[in-house]
Amino acid sequence: MENKANDTLIVSSAPHLVSEVDTSRIMGTVILALVPSFFVSTYVFGFRVITLTLVCIAACVTLEYLFNKITKKKQTIGDLSAVVTGMLLAFNVPSNLSYIIAIIGCFVAIVIVKGLFGGLGQNVANPAITARIVLFLSFTTQMTTWPLPRGQQTADVVTGPTPLGILKGANGVLPSNTDMFFGFIGGSMGEISAIALLIGGIFLIWRGIISPIIPVSFIATVAVIALAAGQDPVFHVMAGGVMIGAFFMATDYATSPILPLGKLIFGIGCGCFTMIIRLFGSYPEGVSFAILLMNIITPHIDNFCERRIFGGVKS
Amino acid sequence: MAEKKKHLQSIHVPHNKNTVECETERMPIPDFVYISMSQHIGAPCRPLVKKGDSVKVGQPIGDSDVPMSVPIHSSVSGIVSGIEESRSDNGGKNTLVVIEADKKQELWEGIQAPKAGSREEFIQAVRASGLVGLGGAAFPTHIKYNPKNIQDVTTLIINGAECEPFITSDHRIMVEETENIIDGALLVMKQLGMQEGFIGVEDNKPDAIAALRSMIEQKGNPNIEVIPLRSRYPQGAERVMVYEVTGKTMDAGVLPADLGVILSNVTSIAFIGQYFKNGIPLIAKRITVDGDAISRPANVLCPIGTKIADVVEFCGGYKEPPKKILMGGPMMGRAIFSDQLPVIKNNNAILIFAGEQAWVKEETACINCGRCYRACPFKLMPTLLSSAVKRRDAGALERLKVMQCMECGSCSYICPARRPLSFNNKLGKAIVKEAQSK
Ligand code: SF4
Ligand code: SF4
Repeated sequence: MENKANDTLIVSSAPHLVSEVDTSRIMGTVILALVPSFFVSTYVFGFRVITLTLVCIAACVTLEYLFNKITKKKQTIGDLSAVVTGMLLAFNVPSNLSYIIAIIGCFVAIVIVKGLFGGLGQNVANPAITARIVLFLSFTTQMTTWPLPRGQQTADVVTGPTPLGILKGANGVLPSNTDMFFGFIGGSMGEISAIALLIGGIFLIWRGIISPIIPVSFIATVAVIALAAGQDPVFHVMAGGVMIGAFFMATDYATSPILPLGKLIFGIGCGCFTMIIRLFGSYPEGVSFAILLMNIITPHIDNFCERRIFGGVKS
Repeated sequence: MAEKKKHLQSIHVPHNKNTVECETERMPIPDFVYISMSQHIGAPCRPLVKKGDSVKVGQPIGDSDVPMSVPIHSSVSGIVSGIEESRSDNGGKNTLVVIEADKKQELWEGIQAPKAGSREEFIQAVRASGLVGLGGAAFPTHIKYNPKNIQDVTTLIINGAECEPFITSDHRIMVEETENIIDGALLVMKQLGMQEGFIGVEDNKPDAIAALRSMIEQKGNPNIEVIPLRSRYPQGAERVMVYEVTGKTMDAGVLPADLGVILSNVTSIAFIGQYFKNGIPLIAKRITVDGDAISRPANVLCPIGTKIADVVEFCGGYKEPPKKILMGGPMMGRAIFSDQLPVIKNNNAILIFAGEQAWVKEETACINCGRCYRACPFKLMPTLLSSAVKRRDAGALERLKVMQCMECGSCSYICPARRPLSFNNKLGKAIVKEAQSK
């Protein structure tokens, strides 16, 4: 009998079927979830939002490509995680930031925070958050010169403080909660519109990409502390980076706890630190620092949350 | 049994039950059958025939004196053309009794419906039937039915979940041989002194559930209940089934009998129903043949010992050159190296793939997404297990309970980085065993 199917067959271990969801698809979904915010931002701050976002994405992808080439690692740009980092970094800076500074941020995120720590999944801190903090500390003026939203700019006044800055004592009138909800306020490119970020976040939860635990506990903690401090909780939730932080940055897989209890602790911790900095710190905004701090203690949270395994108690 | 709210973690896998409407076709007797002498867990059989002997259908051709063994019968009538040594599908040595079929299919004179007066007689008859766990485990049934604590066993659970994608052979049995299932169940319950029976069936098989229920009614409503289960993977795994039906937690290595239950697959039970009616031993098996490289997907009743290549030919041959052939389902089945291997008792599917599904996906970095944690029915932590395997850290592996892993493959299936997590656990178990034997 002829051996039609002998020796050419693939023999591999089970399972022989894998889910369609792979890393690129997850990253692709995150990119999609950022699109509403991107549109609002473009509307509010104009064309430079598009170019700055594209510059950050291109820089992150190129840097990752070069890093892999130079360190002779397997090419990983196909997993789209560099695109996500580029987008998130762009969303965390003012729209008038110089391209050079933005590219320095991309270098910090991709090469220092991600690459040198062993690549995707190995980094201890969120690359975009860390890059933002580095830029903020090194280029404070450029990073805190916020363009005013369209309609509020006049011939000679094009920049102004963010709502949180105003709260901290800068000159200006606090915007209405409605303006903040839709995003007609000053601030980093992608953080201004609560509604756009909410749509993106709910989309991620619906697609099963993120669990609701971190965003819900983060946002709830911010609201509760604001209330306790006698301030408007709605304002605090919508101002600054809480929404983008809660849905897109604090939920980063590699740098947040893996088990539900750990996620809860992480979310509450982020909320607490954010509000402590906002209320008592010298900076108006504390989301990035809060997330970075919690990133650092994530491994300890994971260790703390031992899990009860089915059966096997006696053995 | 009370309604249970709690379920074990599970995953959704595509069902791909393409052959669900395919009524079982009886395959014509092939020219030659190649009957393996190791078709069960335990000691292989020694051939009872030699080259040139003439054999009849149902005649025992292999047996062993070791308790952990069951006899093997000829599936055809004809002449033994040789006893061959060959490579088995897991790479080991295997003895094959090759029989040239005369196509007359004369029944062996010794065949008669067994008497089952006492429990001992029943157990003896089950052994003589050649039955092994047909759900895939191939554990000798007469040993399973004879636990030390038989007086404590109260519950028969019949596994009709069939949660593996593609496979529909159990489903066809439930629809086509409903009466044999209920008769078999009643017989087993009576003989082993069990009070209650449950048939767990995934709710994506409403016709099977309805057929079983109406047959139970027809039989005067004995204490057998059909339990519809969620169509989730791995609903049909033994320990998952025990939990979902009774709420009892079963550890790895523990016998279901210790929890007062005995678990049998629907196909095994249907076979018992049939065997005690006509005495024909286990000589044929229903097999789902499917996959993108087969011309005509079907459910086929093939004589045991039929070469896979012959089954393929009966199903219209390969549509395109096959890249991967599986014995069993895509989640836990085994990829075999050749289509020249014969069908054995516990085969329930032959899946043949040529397309993308055949390829081994490239592994990428773990992104710490936690999907594997959420998939594992036993709440194991595959990422920690993998790193412990990498370090060959037997202590950590034991602490993380690698032995509880049933290699269901859910974690590997769900991993977006395509990491071979369940395979890793297999290695992990070996490391622990090695450390324990030191
Ligand atoms: S293969 Fe093991 S670790 Fe993976 S899901 Fe199944 S039981 Fe859990
Ligand atoms: S599913 Fe895969 S990528 Fe996700 S945590 Fe588990 S091993 Fe890592």
